[in-house]
Amino acid sequence: MKIVVPIKQVPETNNVKMDPVTGTMVRDGVEPIINPLDLYAIEEGVLLKERIGGEVRALSMGPKKAILAIKEAIAMGCDDGILLSDRAFAGADTWATSYVLSQAIKKIGDYDLIICGERATDGDTGQVGPGIATWLDIPFATYINKIVEIRENSLVVERMVEDGYEILEIETPCLLTVVKEINYPRLPSLRRKQLARQIEIPVWGPADIEADTKNLGLKGSPTRVVKISTPQVTRNGKLLTPKNENEIEAAVDQLIEFLQGKEII
Amino acid sequence: MSYKGVWILGEQEAGNIKSVSYELLKRGRELADKLGVELTAVMLGKKMARERLQELVYRGADKVIVVEDPALEYFLPDPYVNAMEILINRHRPEILIASATSTGRTVAPALAIRCNTGLTADCTGLDIDAENGNLIQTRPAIGGNILATIRTPNHRPQMATVRPHSNKPLDPDRHRTGRIINESVDPALLKSRTKRLEFKKNEDAGSNIQDAEIVIAGGKGFKKEENFRILHEVAALLGGAVGATRDAVDLGWATYPHQVGLSGKTISPKLYMGIGISGSVQHLAGIKTSENIIAVNNDPEAQIFRVADFGIVGDLFEVLPLIKQKLQAIKKQ
Ligand SMILES: Cc1cc2nc3c(=O)[nH]c(=O)nc-3n(C[C@H](O)[C@H](O)[C@H](O)COP(=O)(O)OP(=O)(O)OC[C@H]3O[C@@H](n4cnc5c(N)ncnc54)[C@H](O)[C@@H]3O)c2cc1C
Ligand SMILES: Nc1ncnc2c1ncn2[C@@H]1O[C@H](COP(=O)(O)O)[C@@H](O)[C@H]1O
Repeated sequence: MKIVVPIKQVPETNNVKMDPVTGTMVRDGVEPIINPLDLYAIEEGVLLKERIGGEVRALSMGPKKAILAIKEAIAMGCDDGILLSDRAFAGADTWATSYVLSQAIKKIGDYDLIICGERATDGDTGQVGPGIATWLDIPFATYINKIVEIRENSLVVERMVEDGYEILEIETPCLLTVVKEINYPRLPSLRRKQLARQIEIPVWGPADIEADTKNLGLKGSPTRVVKISTPQVTRNGKLLTPKNENEIEAAVDQLIEFLQGKEII
Repeated sequence: MSYKGVWILGEQEAGNIKSVSYELLKRGRELADKLGVELTAVMLGKKMARERLQELVYRGADKVIVVEDPALEYFLPDPYVNAMEILINRHRPEILIASATSTGRTVAPALAIRCNTGLTADCTGLDIDAENGNLIQTRPAIGGNILATIRTPNHRPQMATVRPHSNKPLDPDRHRTGRIINESVDPALLKSRTKRLEFKKNEDAGSNIQDAEIVIAGGKGFKKEENFRILHEVAALLGGAVGATRDAVDLGWATYPHQVGLSGKTISPKLYMGIGISGSVQHLAGIKTSENIIAVNNDPEAQIFRVADFGIVGDLFEVLPLIKQKLQAIKKQ
């Protein structure tokens, strides 16, 4: 099975700091990492390959340093990868991002399955996966927590929704976005890390993917971010620090009153 | 033909209209009134009872467009996206909002590509620019660390998904009138490349944290799995669902559908209670838009207290049994 895994490099949100004046993210000293939710997509691709054979290719659109993300994906078991990097791609929203990724996948041509993460932890939209599938006009399914069965021309998958799980049969080639429940991503092995270090990662620009330049980057994006603000995090709520049994009881009484006051109970 | 009118995409299950549809109508009503245009609710389903559709009118719609077809019984991307694309091309609304549910977040991004327009995910605020009538979309990003304001200046319809529970529906007004219009879509265009074989409903009632009005969540402070039981008991008393931190899920104290946060679910209940939870950036990302936040933690410095409306610094093993006891007493009354 030929598998493509689109992965995004994101800032490590663990310790994201916001500039209180400009309201923008302080990028200095913030390590770029593979979108944590994409690790499940990579792992699922590698697991499928180990089960039935084939190859897994990582694909990323981003700045040059996103090569590191691709190398890490290779260290986790992907066979190779491609970076889409060009000034013209910069500032893309999910519409323009999914266009570029779909053009690259068309160029790759031979594929049975595309696996995306559920969403990227920075933009947090989950729109790129369905977008790619729509550009390619292939079927897709979101929030997949299990690949149940691989059939001749289809997959049986389980999709996690609000109140349960749908069991779907989807024709291949197709695109899946996967949730954390699907597997446990492995750590890269030392041997594969060394291998990844030696692999040359091709970098493609607009011409390589025969992209229509008016669809690219900020210029090609239908949406515009016009303002960024830092939301007020502190609610300055009431904080009680009871010191003994009686005070604990009184604190819980106040909690109950709070709930009654809000008409919750 | 120019683009005009505000649309919401309603959701149904077995012909019952889901409450997120009414939440969208409230948002849509505000936008339509500011623009001075009609508000239309679109419902796709196998068979939709007239009185159920009438409820959409009572809740704010001027017009309801219904497409009935066996292929639309359950949500599947192909028939839903195709039907919506046809309706949009037929009527050209200037704004389309859907709910940021598993359905809305799946159909909307595909539809935006088909209609060659922008889409803003998981908005918590929508407004109309008084100067030019453009939709102003506000959404949290980067784990809730920032709020971004987004516009779609040159493409129509302007599309957004809206975080469920981020607003209350309007009360039904039985005097409101509106038109209910059945429209047809060529069944050949409703073919699906995905088949729904089966549905497994979550047996444990407390796991639907996204639809719940009350979520009581536990973290590593519970020390071991058995201790999580009281959380379920308190949730049952409150008629709520049980949430958990990633650490609690990873330890096997709760399953993944219960996980709240950046790599779990984003929730916006009326009440969120976090017990024995430190309040990491990743966890807070999933709860920040809750209406009321209560926290219990024995560490006064715990980050969760910064976002809490009401907090108790104390041992959860002392506090939680008392809460349970008091709730039981109230129930008995
Ligand atoms: C990429 C990424 C994604 C992540 N996604 C998520 C996510 O979606 N959701 C999520 O929750 N986390 C997520 N995390 C993990 C997150 O960083 C934290 O590790 C996690 O939220 C901590 O869980 P916790 O609060 O249960 O545990 P801890 O941080 O260990 O907190 C336990 C708390 O319990 C308190 N406590 C202990 N004993 C008692 C007692 N007897 N009475 C009262 N209080 C007590 C302690 O004071 C402490 O504050 C993610 C991390 C990363 C890197
Ligand atoms: N720049 C990118 N390069 C490669 N894949 C991406 C990129 N952006 C998003 N993706 C993929 O699309 C998924 C959803 O991203 P998003 O829609 O941005 O939340 C991610 O988990 C990735 O699999």
